[in-house]
Amino acid sequence: MIPDETTNQNANDQPTAVRSPAPQVLDRSARPAARSGMGHAVQVRGLNAYYGQLHSIKAVDLDCPANEVTALIGPSGSGKSTVIRCINRMHEEIPGARAEGSVKLDDLDVYDDDIDVTAVRRLVGMVFQKPNPFPTMSIFDNVAAGLRLTGTKSDNLRELVHRSLRGVGLWDEVKDRLNTPGIGLSGGQQQRLCIARTVAVEPEVILMDEPASALDPISTLKIEELIDELKERYTIVIVTHNMQQAARIADSTVFMLDGEVIEHGPTGEIFTNPKDERTERYVSGKFG
Amino acid sequence: MTISGLPAISARRRRTDQLVRGSLLAGFVLALIPLVLVIYYLIYKGISTWSWKFFSTDPNGNFLGYPGGIRSALLGSIEIVALATLISIPIGIGVALYLVEYGKDSPFASFVRYLTDVQTGVPSIVFGLFVYIVLVEAKVGGTGFAAWKGAVALALLMFPVASRSAEVVLLLVPASLREAALALGAPRWRVVVRVVLPTARSGLVTGSLLAVARGMGETAPLLFTTAGAFALTFNLNGQMNAMPLQIYNDILSPRTEVVNRAWGTALVLVALILILNLIARAVSRRSTA
Repeated sequence: MIPDETTNQNANDQPTAVRSPAPQVLDRSARPAARSGMGHAVQVRGLNAYYGQLHSIKAVDLDCPANEVTALIGPSGSGKSTVIRCINRMHEEIPGARAEGSVKLDDLDVYDDDIDVTAVRRLVGMVFQKPNPFPTMSIFDNVAAGLRLTGTKSDNLRELVHRSLRGVGLWDEVKDRLNTPGIGLSGGQQQRLCIARTVAVEPEVILMDEPASALDPISTLKIEELIDELKERYTIVIVTHNMQQAARIADSTVFMLDGEVIEHGPTGEIFTNPKDERTERYVSGKFG
Repeated sequence: MTISGLPAISARRRRTDQLVRGSLLAGFVLALIPLVLVIYYLIYKGISTWSWKFFSTDPNGNFLGYPGGIRSALLGSIEIVALATLISIPIGIGVALYLVEYGKDSPFASFVRYLTDVQTGVPSIVFGLFVYIVLVEAKVGGTGFAAWKGAVALALLMFPVASRSAEVVLLLVPASLREAALALGAPRWRVVVRVVLPTARSGLVTGSLLAVARGMGETAPLLFTTAGAFALTFNLNGQMNAMPLQIYNDILSPRTEVVNRAWGTALVLVALILILNLIARAVSRRSTA
């Protein structure tokens, strides 16, 4: 219908024509460079998180450089997911859970008192372990959901949805059935649909909580390739149980244990020449 | 290699199995007997009164000749229950939304949950008397008995049913969908309106229909509130006929024709409730397909 849509495969690289209005938190801080369409560095300082009485994250410091993939590895219960859920303030949605400390996107602290959490979550998108498309919505509506749910007006919703679907490599597979339910896709396609939904809101940072652990190897490969492309425009923080996956996609890797960051370094170094003995034992499979 | 030497099922286990199965079946049949008898007897006594005239005329109160049909009772029931539904279902779903989305396990939410449970167990006549004292005796709205007051009494009865069933359905909406929507930066009210409610829609409809069916057959709340009348009326601020009232009045009559009209009305009422239940089941089945 729209001729250039099917031919222009590099739409990702084009400057974004349709952008959601900058959330008010950024307007207030008045930094024009903040919406360059590039990712932003995430800086975590002194983060403590609790589930009721349980002190699960203990004074974590973490730096995720812009436009890089930072992987969090560690045994179950080490607090990887909790840390990333603190970055977009989803942690506090769990009854009884709270977090203290500072999480900065450049110089914006998402834990400032007068910050609107919905604005934070628009800046920091999240992809979950199990694909969770909205079952009542079509493929198209699922991708558009982020904009509609945040009340963002877009001049060209269709184009944005199409571009997001192309961006995750789903366009060719679904272009003829955009109005069929999103839940009818395969698991891997559903997960890419969820990534398209996240990308459509045009966040700065994308958090991924074991995004491929429920998928088959081929779908996993597609997600990994996608992550590699996405880091051109977004800062990516990914939790993974799969160390090979971390080794393949991450620029730097963080090893966590019992709610603390044990070691953070370039991925190659973490896997081949770790400084801490516990990291060495974990990556070589001696525990965890 | 073969496996051999497994002991055969002992005769005692076989006997126990048959005994328990048999007693379960007997219990099922026993429970079914009254239902089948009621429906059989209703059809036997009531079906002969059904005719076009039965549905198209109002009761006339004449001492001789045809005593009239049930048009005013049928339409009156529908009017009153419709109003009661408009009052109770939105409040019921609203309360359920509060409990599931906002209150959760807070002390206040637990208290509200407890109160709704208590309200489920209040005998229907108590609601009738309550509305009688508060609205009828006080002549609120300028009249004593009025259809809308009956609807209020029914709504009090239907509200906890609607609320509890809605709560169960809303709890079935996967938390992952709420998380997905919240993580996109949606405010909570939009998550509720655009994700939770659409996902739970068919279950909410089913629960509401069951609440409606519950309200349809109640006599006691109407007895002290709408009083009843013969003529067809659409004035909700006046007395109004309704099927349970019609049955209640007719069954005491010395005239056989009038008593038969009660049977016919009862059959209509049961058929209506049955249809509502079937619709509710059809709706909930479509959602799982």
